[in-house]
Order: sequence, then structure tokens, then C-alpha cells
Amino acid sequence: MKIEEIKNGIVIDHITAGKGEELYTLLGLDKLEIPVAIMKNMNSAKMGKKDIIKIDGVVELSTDIIGYIDPCATVNIIKEGKTASKYGVSLPRELKNVISCKNPRCITSCEQELDQIFKLTDEENREYRCLYCETKAK
Amino acid sequence: MRSLIDIKELSVEEIDSLIETALDIIDNPQKYSEKCKGKKLATLFFEPSTRTRLSFEAAMYELGGNVLGFSEAQSSSSAKGESVADTAKMISCYADIIAMRHPKEGAPLVASMNATIPVVNAGDGGHNHPTQTLADLLTIKRKKGKFDGLTVGLCGDLKFGRTVHSLINALNRYNGIKFVLISPDELKVPSYVKNEITKAGKEYVETKDLVEALPSLDILYMTRVQKERFFNEEDYLRLKDSYILDPAKLTYAKKDLSIMHPLPRVNEISVKVDSDPRAHYFEQALNGKYMRMALILMLLGIK
Ligand SMILES: [Zn+2]
Repeated sequence: MKIEEIKNGIVIDHITAGKGEELYTLLGLDKLEIPVAIMKNMNSAKMGKKDIIKIDGVVELSTDIIGYIDPCATVNIIKEGKTASKYGVSLPRELKNVISCKNPRCITSCEQELDQIFKLTDEENREYRCLYCETKAK
Repeated sequence: MRSLIDIKELSVEEIDSLIETALDIIDNPQKYSEKCKGKKLATLFFEPSTRTRLSFEAAMYELGGNVLGFSEAQSSSSAKGESVADTAKMISCYADIIAMRHPKEGAPLVASMNATIPVVNAGDGGHNHPTQTLADLLTIKRKKGKFDGLTVGLCGDLKFGRTVHSLINALNRYNGIKFVLISPDELKVPSYVKNEITKAGKEYVETKDLVEALPSLDILYMTRVQKERFFNEEDYLRLKDSYILDPAKLTYAKKDLSIMHPLPRVNEISVKVDSDPRAHYFEQALNGKYMRMALILMLLGIK
């Protein structure tokens, strides 16, 4: 299996195997018109198996979304075919308009113009709760 | 400018100071009768709750203030589709403080994020109802003189009853509190609430038997067991009588037990209990008014 190396773009590496697709969707990469590849179940010395996303182009990505889906992921910025910078992500304290509250009794269910805000309430269990009704995410 | 949306926003010291103010109001009502002169409370009740609304209104009148507002969605602009945020901004022009009840969870928080005056959550669906908890705490304080070391029994619907969760949360912060959680298996306290008790270093026991639990209790907080909470009628009929407090059951209780209930009750406390000196649920409603008075003063920054 071979995916062409990218010249200027972004590689999201070390994604926990199985999370690549969810991250792809939440980041809105399906709406891009530049080449994007999701590589699933790649061999990794560190993790056994991992997913990788390669984006052939310069786009702005939400580190909050990456951190929310997988705080173990790393982001590599590729310039002229080389890794120009590399950074990790962490669990964001707050998620704004990333996921939406599923509680039908929540005020956000009838006032759709409200921002969907979730707060990190339990770091250990990666638990987020709706700011308004405190319902657990997912 | 501060609001009260969730009881957890108040520190133990702040609750103590609210209780102190309420006790002073009870002893010296005339001292407070003009404290809010010229101030207006807006009661925005997007769903009717006569009991809570009257308590807020009486509180403001006894402080010498005035009241404006509406009750029920039909009579308000929300029926025409105005958002909670816009309503809060608009009311901020007319009043000094808002008491809001809304059927949707989180609506008072949205109001507080948009108002330029304090907002008090007067109940948002089954979510939060902090002034009910304040009433509960003042009742315990007046009857027991303390919080530390009390054994508190909570009986009935402990799964969906948020007044129960909120009271547990508030009491968790005092020393030596013990909880006895009395409910059918179907309506047990959710595990996250039990985790909070354990995290606070407090003890609890769970039981299905009210009579068995009664002798150890200093406080018995009764709640309604609603028929809708059961999957079938049989279970409901089988269980409902076990959680009705009557004079016969009360013979097992301490002489200085304090019986509480957030009201309205249906049949979970027999009317024969009302004349028992241990029945404190009507005083509890009155205590709600005093705590609302203390809270209004605090939020308006009036000493
Ligand atoms: Zn919500």
C-alpha cells in the first residue's frame, strides 16, 4: 500500500486505531476539495496499530476537535516535503459547536441559535457535559 | 453582578451567611421591610408553579420591593418565538432582579448569560431548583441547630428526584453527615450521586425498607413516587404503600425526627401525620420565603 508523499500539508499521526474516520468527519475533511487520505490499521512500533490522516494542502484544523477525539494524536506540518513542525494535542477544557446535546429537555433543543458548549467535567474518564443541562456527551 | 443557577455555586460560607440573614429576618422582620424599596423583581414563569412564584413575590413584597412578571408561556412573548436571551435582555431594562422558571433545562443559565441583572433559577425542568435546597437547609438548621453529624433519610423517588440530588450535594460538604437512601430498586439514587457522597468522604446505606430505616434517622425527607416512573401498574401498586408515611410507621421514629417534603405531596405522607409535631413540611415552605429574601438581598448587594 502506497500513498504519495505530500509536499505541503498536514499529517495527523498516532491516531488510536478505529478513530480515524470519526476524526475525519468531525474535522469536516469530507468537505475539502483537496486530496485527503485516511489510512487505517497501520503498523506502529509504539501503538501496535494506528490510523493516519494525510491532507495534501494547507488547511486550518481545530486542535480542540483532534484533542477531543484522541489526545494521543500528533500533528505534523509538512513543508516542501519535510516535517517543518510537530505538536501534540490535549483534551480541551471546552468544546464549542463541535458536538451537540442529545437531551430533548435541553434548552438547546428548542433554541437552535445557541452555541453548543460542552465542558470537560472528568479528565480521567474524558467526560464532557452540556453547559446548559449537564447531560453527558454521547 | 451575580446570579444563582445551581446550588453548587454557593460556598458553605455563603450558605451559612444566607441562613444567618434568614434567621435575622425571622427575628426582626421590620428591620428588612424597606430594604428593597424602589427595587423590582421580575418573575418570569414560562411554566406555571404558583407555589414557587408566590414565595418569590411574597419575599420581594416583605422586603418593600415591587413585583412584575408573567406566568405560563401563553401569556408571554415566548409564545411568539422570542428567545430566552432576548427576553432576558429586555427584562433587564425594567427590573432589578429576575426569578425564572422554565420547562427546558439550562434556560435560566442562558438568561443569566444575557441579562445585565441577577437571575435566580426558580426551577428548570427537572434539572436545578437551588432555592428549594436553600429552604431545605434552613429547615434543617432551625430544627436541628446544626448540620454536622446528622443522619438524613431520603425516601421515595431517588432516581429522578433532583431536589434529592441537590440536597445531597449541599449536605456532602458538612462533617459527619450520613445518608440513608430508602427507595424501591427501580428508583435508586444514580451511581454518579453515590460517587459524590463517597468522594466527599461521607457514608450512605441503601435500603428498600422505610420502617427498618426509621429508628436511626434525624431527618426524613420524603418525595413522591410517581406512577409514570414504573414500567407496569402492578409494580407501582405493589410498591406505593411501602413508601407512605403514616402514624403507625412513625411509632418507630425518634422523638425529635424532622419530617420534610418539598411539596406538593399526593399521598406519600398521610394527612394524619400533619398534626404530629415532627411534621415540618409546611414550615419548610415558609422557610423558602425567608431564604429567598436573604438571597435577593445578597444578589442585589444590599446589607
Ligand atoms: Zn444540554
